[in-house]
Amino acid sequence: MNDTFDLRISESHIEVHKFHGGTILLCVIFAVVLQAFLPVYITKASILDLPLLITIYFGLSRRNPSTGLLLGTFIGLLQDSLSKTPIGLFGIAKTVIGYLASSIGARLDTEHPLARFALTAAFFALHQGIVVLVQKLLLAQAQPWFTTRLLVACIVNAILGVFLYHFLDRLRKS
Amino acid sequence: MAGLPSRHRSLFLLALVVLLQVLMLAVQIKSDSQGRLIRVWTVSAVSPVERSGAWSIGKFRDAWRHYFALSDTARQNEELIRENGRLKLEITQLQSKSAEADRLASLLNFKQKQAKVPMILARVIGSGADANSAVVYLDQGLHEGIRKNMGVITPEGVVGKVIESFGDTSQVLLLTDRDSGVGAMIADSRIHGQVGGMGEPLLDMKHVGADEEVKIGDRVVTSGMDRIFPKDLPVGIVSQVKPGASFKQIRVRPSANIERLEEVIVLLTTDPLSLKLDVPAASGNATATPPAIAQPVSGLINTKPAEKHP
Repeated sequence: MNDTFDLRISESHIEVHKFHGGTILLCVIFAVVLQAFLPVYITKASILDLPLLITIYFGLSRRNPSTGLLLGTFIGLLQDSLSKTPIGLFGIAKTVIGYLASSIGARLDTEHPLARFALTAAFFALHQGIVVLVQKLLLAQAQPWFTTRLLVACIVNAILGVFLYHFLDRLRKS
Repeated sequence: MAGLPSRHRSLFLLALVVLLQVLMLAVQIKSDSQGRLIRVWTVSAVSPVERSGAWSIGKFRDAWRHYFALSDTARQNEELIRENGRLKLEITQLQSKSAEADRLASLLNFKQKQAKVPMILARVIGSGADANSAVVYLDQGLHEGIRKNMGVITPEGVVGKVIESFGDTSQVLLLTDRDSGVGAMIADSRIHGQVGGMGEPLLDMKHVGADEEVKIGDRVVTSGMDRIFPKDLPVGIVSQVKPGASFKQIRVRPSANIERLEEVIVLLTTDPLSLKLDVPAASGNATATPPAIAQPVSGLINTKPAEKHP
């Protein structure tokens, strides 16, 4: 959870962003608490996956696969702890997403809103796929691969992600 | 790790972390421990924030309603005066029916029976962080006598059951969750089945034979067979019936407003409750109000916690 690291220019000249101390931890806690708190007052808010958006954003920004996957693990386990799911279900999914986001972030420029929309939608679908796969293979739970609700959730989260990332960009060290 | 090429290190770390979590899942499934310690830590850390958030929103909402949102108050006042007159007339009519109600009251004698059942009011302070599961957190827990598998209801009907209990917080699996289920029956015909969630607002009633007669609008009540809920608590209303090969496909609209829960009642016992009725079960008393909702809520609440088990 080290929030500062060196500005490095990779082979593809992609910038690695720095954040003020404690920013990532605060964002993670805020997202997880909000995820648990918001649906009580706004039922439709349960469609959001704020912890996933935070995992994707910091993965794409930090561009370090090791820290990305560990951040994903941490966020996933927190989310598991506040859910009725076995501990590790979201942990595994967000670990993979954190790793992939960091790896992609290190190779592509992910600052454009359209790129962010597409990546968030793809990561959401992949995240859901991993969760269902683990539920089917390891937990022997029958879960649908695809529902209309998931499609709506995918689009809504991707749109929210674009705006959320724009806001989080302001927390970067200039 | 040190001997690996640097570009493979993160891949190795990914495999290691995923493997550890898979093992953790496997251990939980085998021991059914559900990783309790990490849940206790996280819930203990998060619930004060949720509690203070719920308190702040409640205060803000009260302030807004009582001091700022008064533009319609005069009009509402006039409407209330008119409604008051209408209600006075209705009261006169109802008084004539109260004699009949008195006779039924002596037959049911329900209030005294329910007073013996320990119950506690709890406030919903949070929901699960997983969009696919329907769970909520209550502001009462072990310290108030809440234990795993205790039933949770509202005056309108069944809500769910406690699946985890922490110090001052408890986690409730709602009836709409895919993993939930309650023993139920059709109130009039006493046809038994099992009502469970489907991850959507409507519930699914299973194991009702294809040759049984079930109509849209039939009331569904608890059967008491699950040994969690007392018999005849309202579960919902049949909203859809389709024929099936062996069993009917029945959809039930929950009686309790599960999507808008604010306060609930927790039945402070895991022992089978004996809230049996004195009225004949399958007689033509179909229109009678279910006993659980026939009494005012205040009459149901016993704020004393149940005896705590070591």
